[in-house]
Amino acid sequence: MSSTLLRTSGFRSALRASTAPKRAGIAGATFIRGKATLPDLTYDYGALEPAISGKIMELHHKNHHQTYVTSFNNFSEQIAEAKAKEDIAAQIALQPLINFHGGGHINHTLFWENLAPTSQGGGQPPAGGLAKAINESYGSLDALKEKFNAALAGIQGSGWAWLVQDTQTGAVGIKTYANQDAVVGQFRPILGIDAWEHAYYLQYQNRKAEYFKNIWDVVNWKAAEKRFQ
Amino acid sequence: MELHHSKHHQTYVTNLNAAVKSQQEAIQSSDIPAQVSQQQAFRFNAGGHINHSLFWQNLAPASSAEAKSSAAPKLLVKIKQTWGDEKAFLDAFKTTLLGIQGSGWGWLVKVQVGQEERLTIVTTKDQDPVVGKGEVPILGVDMWEHAYYLQYLNGKAAYVENIWNVINWKTAEERYLGKQADAFKALKAGL
Repeated sequence: MSSTLLRTSGFRSALRASTAPKRAGIAGATFIRGKATLPDLTYDYGALEPAISGKIMELHHKNHHQTYVTSFNNFSEQIAEAKAKEDIAAQIALQPLINFHGGGHINHTLFWENLAPTSQGGGQPPAGGLAKAINESYGSLDALKEKFNAALAGIQGSGWAWLVQDTQTGAVGIKTYANQDAVVGQFRPILGIDAWEHAYYLQYQNRKAEYFKNIWDVVNWKAAEKRFQ
Repeated sequence: MELHHSKHHQTYVTNLNAAVKSQQEAIQSSDIPAQVSQQQAFRFNAGGHINHSLFWQNLAPASSAEAKSSAAPKLLVKIKQTWGDEKAFLDAFKTTLLGIQGSGWGWLVKVQVGQEERLTIVTTKDQDPVVGKGEVPILGVDMWEHAYYLQYLNGKAAYVENIWNVINWKTAEERYLGKQADAFKALKAGL
């Protein structure tokens, strides 16, 4: 978990591990662990309608995201036990599960935060350094949206599209990630759109292009600006 | 079923035909970079067409005789030989299906190596099809969310449980006793 992501997201408490250390005796060893928790939304489930239905938001947050949180905590515990036992094979076997469920937790937390009802600024265009970086890379916000939607439509299977900032050059760009792979390493997540079918299927069925078009009405560019450095 | 067949499967077919056309053009004009760059789109849409075609065939109404595992006597012998009993096989298949991260499929596959043949459960991601050398897809289960979401929402364990009531064991038996080309016969006729 990148601490810069937490700091810039303004959602530190949501992703922060509990600071209270817990001791557990495993084969005579002890380890400290914290638990991930499901963040509260800063808006009601129905507040993103008509772009995203309240039913989708409720299931997506309360069920899907919660499952990632629960599973991440479960596998974190298992990997801590494997470390304590110096069981390298078990640690390696658990890593894809940590990647998937930890990624699911991070991605959804960032996603909720980079959405907002229109009454709370959703859809209002970005300003400042982020707006400038978008214009430099794409010419205009509309041109970015068009390329972003093409990237979303091109995802084969489950995944996400992100506006990212290259930490080496400072430039922004669009990248897609498979399944729950998180934006880590060279790139900083600025704005994420969930392209898993569970994010839109109840409302849009196979018409995912409509979902990609409508979601811009509830994008919280203020949150994106805070992530941009 | 209606959305899945008339919309999703149709989209794979439409996009596959487009991919075939542009690939033919790239071959005719000896444009090798274009041929290479189109391969992923071809694979994805061709896989989507193959997988869904096999899937519809290996389903049957729950009330039909085909939906009983007794419709696949020889396959059942091999399943019992491999997993111990039918329940152990089903449990292994269900666990494998629920372990898929993201979109994909679970398959019961017959693998033929020379005179030897064995059964195995495999998963394929997105629309990757089972087309390897000596591999015969016997039963496929679609684990894309569009396959179950309208009915089961996030309760995919219930979908994985209930799909076994509508498996076409007669088709499975035929695929088990046949060769790889036999499993894809209907597909060729369809194209």
